[in-house]
Parts: sequence; structure tokens; C-alpha cells
Amino acid sequence: MRYMMLVTADESVELGEEAGNAVTEAAIKWVAEMDGRGVRVQGNRLRATSDATTVRVRDGEVLLLDGPFAETKEQIAGYDIIECADLDEAIEVASKHPVAKYGAIEVRPFWD
Amino acid sequence: MAAGVAAEVAAAFRREWGSVVATLIRMTGDWDLAEECAQEAFAAALERWPRDGVPRRPGAWLTTTARNRALDRLRRMANEAAKLQEVAMLAYPDEPTGFPDERLRLIFTCCHPALPMEARVALTLRTLAGLTTGEIGRAFLVPEATMAKRLVRAKQKIRNAGIPYRVPPDHLLPERVPSVLAVLYLLFNEGYAASGGADLVRSALCAEAIRLARWLVGMMPDEPEAVGLLALMLLHDARRATRVDAAGDLVTLADQDRSRWDRALVDEGVALLESALRRGQPGPYQIQAAVAACHATARTAEETDWTEIAGLYGLLRQYLPSPVVELNRAVAVAEADGPAAGLALVEAVAESLRGYHLLPATRADLLRRLGRESEAEAAYVEALSLAPTEAERRYLAGRLRQVGGSRTSRAAS
Repeated sequence: MRYMMLVTADESVELGEEAGNAVTEAAIKWVAEMDGRGVRVQGNRLRATSDATTVRVRDGEVLLLDGPFAETKEQIAGYDIIECADLDEAIEVASKHPVAKYGAIEVRPFWD
Repeated sequence: MAAGVAAEVAAAFRREWGSVVATLIRMTGDWDLAEECAQEAFAAALERWPRDGVPRRPGAWLTTTARNRALDRLRRMANEAAKLQEVAMLAYPDEPTGFPDERLRLIFTCCHPALPMEARVALTLRTLAGLTTGEIGRAFLVPEATMAKRLVRAKQKIRNAGIPYRVPPDHLLPERVPSVLAVLYLLFNEGYAASGGADLVRSALCAEAIRLARWLVGMMPDEPEAVGLLALMLLHDARRATRVDAAGDLVTLADQDRSRWDRALVDEGVALLESALRRGQPGPYQIQAAVAACHATARTAEETDWTEIAGLYGLLRQYLPSPVVELNRAVAVAEADGPAAGLALVEAVAESLRGYHLLPATRADLLRRLGRESEAEAAYVEALSLAPTEAERRYLAGRLRQVGGSRTSRAAS
């Protein structure tokens, strides 16, 4: 089964250089492990929501908004597409992601 | 004759429903199809058993009948997906092997932590225990349509999110067993909170929870917490008949008629608890069962070992760090060391239990015993405004009259 892992975290929290480097290092290890297992199909980090543009069309008019679609504390910081046997494996994969320790990871199955 | 056979079908339903559904889900991978075909198999039994006699192995007969119904349906659908399902089904042996118990897969899937708690409870009752959607709705005081929607959504998530149909591997058991136990305990408590004869469907939940817990303990005898949970349920259930008086009013533990407690259940609960504790892996259910055992084995309310109970709640706090546990500890400390010591602990958790009726009810009781009657009266009034059931409100109103009454009479004298 294919799942989208939405890696979310509070953007306003500064990890600090040392902790930030540790997360990056752990993320590289995680990617290597999941690529090696053939679980990870594709993934990437996203730029901060200050670089986001939200697009809506209302009455035929394109409305733009500077920023993310929802003003919440936790924002999508990255994503990974994973191919797993079942939800238990997807949970195991997500729980090993370093951001799970301070942010949150939403695991959503693909439509088909 | 016919009535006898109908009773046999009813007994087979209680005994076999969960196994038939569990086996059919495994064969077809389709929860709705499994339920429908299981239902048809029992309907067929009602029709055929009076004529042909009760089969030697009713469970096998029911499973085979349900399986054949499923095959018929898949053949009639005659599309690609159905054909694949049919092929997969034919790969399964005709007769259920009986081991490992198919229901174990079912309960772990129903109680998967990725499902909301209320859905876990509803699914367990529907698929494993065979209650109808209407019965489950009545038991949880929600309309049948709401309950039906809840069940549909849960089954959808199992399918769409890929929740596996299996007993979790050993390394996942420590995080999955508690979810199964929590569902059974919630079932039990829902039934226990129901007021006796007033609502039979709700009180039947207790019996159902105990039945499932007994079965689970048989399946997982090495799980001391499962044994602890069964012991806890039995020790509570032993006191069931004395919790409410003839008028339907709550009777406190101290005032219950101990001669009417079910000794056989107490003995069984205590024996189970001891066997669990011998394994040296304590947990929240074993500790709560130990508290219940202290109460159940005290010959009189005065003989209750409150120091032991206070210690057990202190231990429980390490597993369940909740203000409710602390409130219970306060009650035990008040009995062991006096109401002032208990009141100090109650005040410490007051902030985090705002809105919970047992907080002012406990405060009121301790204040009354300390002779601080006007404060007690105010606390009873607050508790009365928060109490969720009629029986509790009647009890608190009675206490309030006592306090108010003694104050008035003293003022008059």
C-alpha cells in the first residue's frame, strides 16, 4: 500500500544549530534506511511557509494569499511517499523519522 | 422440540458468531460480506436444524454454510474483483482449523490504536460479540443511525488505511495488548455504571466484557495484565447486586450488605489476581484488582485495610498519572490517616479536576467529617449540579439534607 507521510512541525521553534544538525543527520540516516528497504518511493523537504502562496479561485477570479492554506502552529515541513505492506509498517516507518520526536507525522493512504 | 432447537441456535450464536465472522473475514477480506454471510448461516440454521437435527459440530456447519453463501455471492457478482476474491477463498481449507483461534485476529484488528476508541468498542461488540447495531446504540445512548455510521466509517478505515488483519507480532504486543484490554474495561464500565434492571442492554455489557476477558485470558495466559483485568471485573461484579437499593438509589461501599456479595466470584477474582501477581510484572489492572480485592475480602467496612489501599493507589499513580487516581488515593488516605490528611490531597488536585462531580462530592464528605458544615453544604450543592446520573443526584441530595438539617437544628437550639 502507498502512503503519504506529511512531516509537520512548529516552524516558530528554533532547534538551534547543534540540534538542527542532529536532526538533519538522523534524517539522512532515515532516508538511507528506508531507501535500502525499498520502502521510500520519493520525498523532499519544503521551504518555509513564508515562501508559500495559497491559490483560490472564486467567481472565476484567482485569489492569492501570501502564506500557507491554514494558519496552524504545525505546518508541513516535508513529505515522503512510502510503499508499505500495511498500516503497521507505515506506523513503524513514520515513528522512526526524526521529526516524529518533536513534530508530528500524518500518515495518509493514497486514493488508489 | 422446535423451542429446544431454537435455544440451541441461540446458544450456538453466542458461542460461534465471533469465530464464524472472524473466519469469513480472513477468507474474504471483506468485513461486510463476512457479517452478512454469518447472519445468513444462522438464519439457515434456524430453518434447517429443526428439520435435519443439530449438526455434530455446529461451529463447523455454520462456518461452511457462511463460506458457501460468500462463494455464491461472489459468483453472482461475476466481476474481476469478485473473481479474484473467489479464487483466494477457494485456497482456504473447507473446515476451520480451530487453531489459532481466528477471533484473536479479529479482536486485535477491532482494537487497533489507529481507530478511535468508540469505534473500537462498537466494532468489537458487533463483529466479535454479535450485538446488533441497534443494541450497541442503545448501550451507548446514541441513535442507531449514528452507531451504524460509526461502524461503517471504522470498517472503511480498516480497508482504506490498510490496518492488517492479524495478531500483532511479539514486538508489537506490549503496545497493542493494552488497547484490547482498554476496550474490554470500557465495555465493562459502561455496563457497570448502568443502574441495574432499568437498562438491561447496558448491564448485559458487563457479562459480555467478562465473557470476552475470560476468553482472552484463555488465549493469552502469559499476559498478567489480561488476568488482572479479568480479576478486576469479577471483583467488581461480585458486588453488583448490592450497589443499588430496592428504590434504585446508590449504596456506598461502606453501607453495602456484604453477606450478599458473590463469594464465588470474589474467590475466583482473588485467585486469578494472585496467579497474575506471582509473575512479578505488575501493571495498572493488577493494582486496581488488588484494591478491589482489599474491599471484597474485608469482612466489615471497618476492617478494610485503608493503609494498604492508599499504598496501592500510590503505586497506581506511577502507571496512570491521573488526578482521578490521586483523588482515590485521597479517599484512602482520609480513611487511614484522618479526613484532614485526605482533604489536603483533594485540594491539591482540585484545579485539574474542575467540573468532575466526584471532586466536590469527596470534598463535601471530608468537610462534613471535619465538622466544617457550611463549606460541606456548598460542596454538596456544587456536586449536585455536576452529577451525571439521577441515582447520584438523589444520593447527594440526601447528604445535603443531612448537613443542612444538622446545621439548622443546631442554629435553632
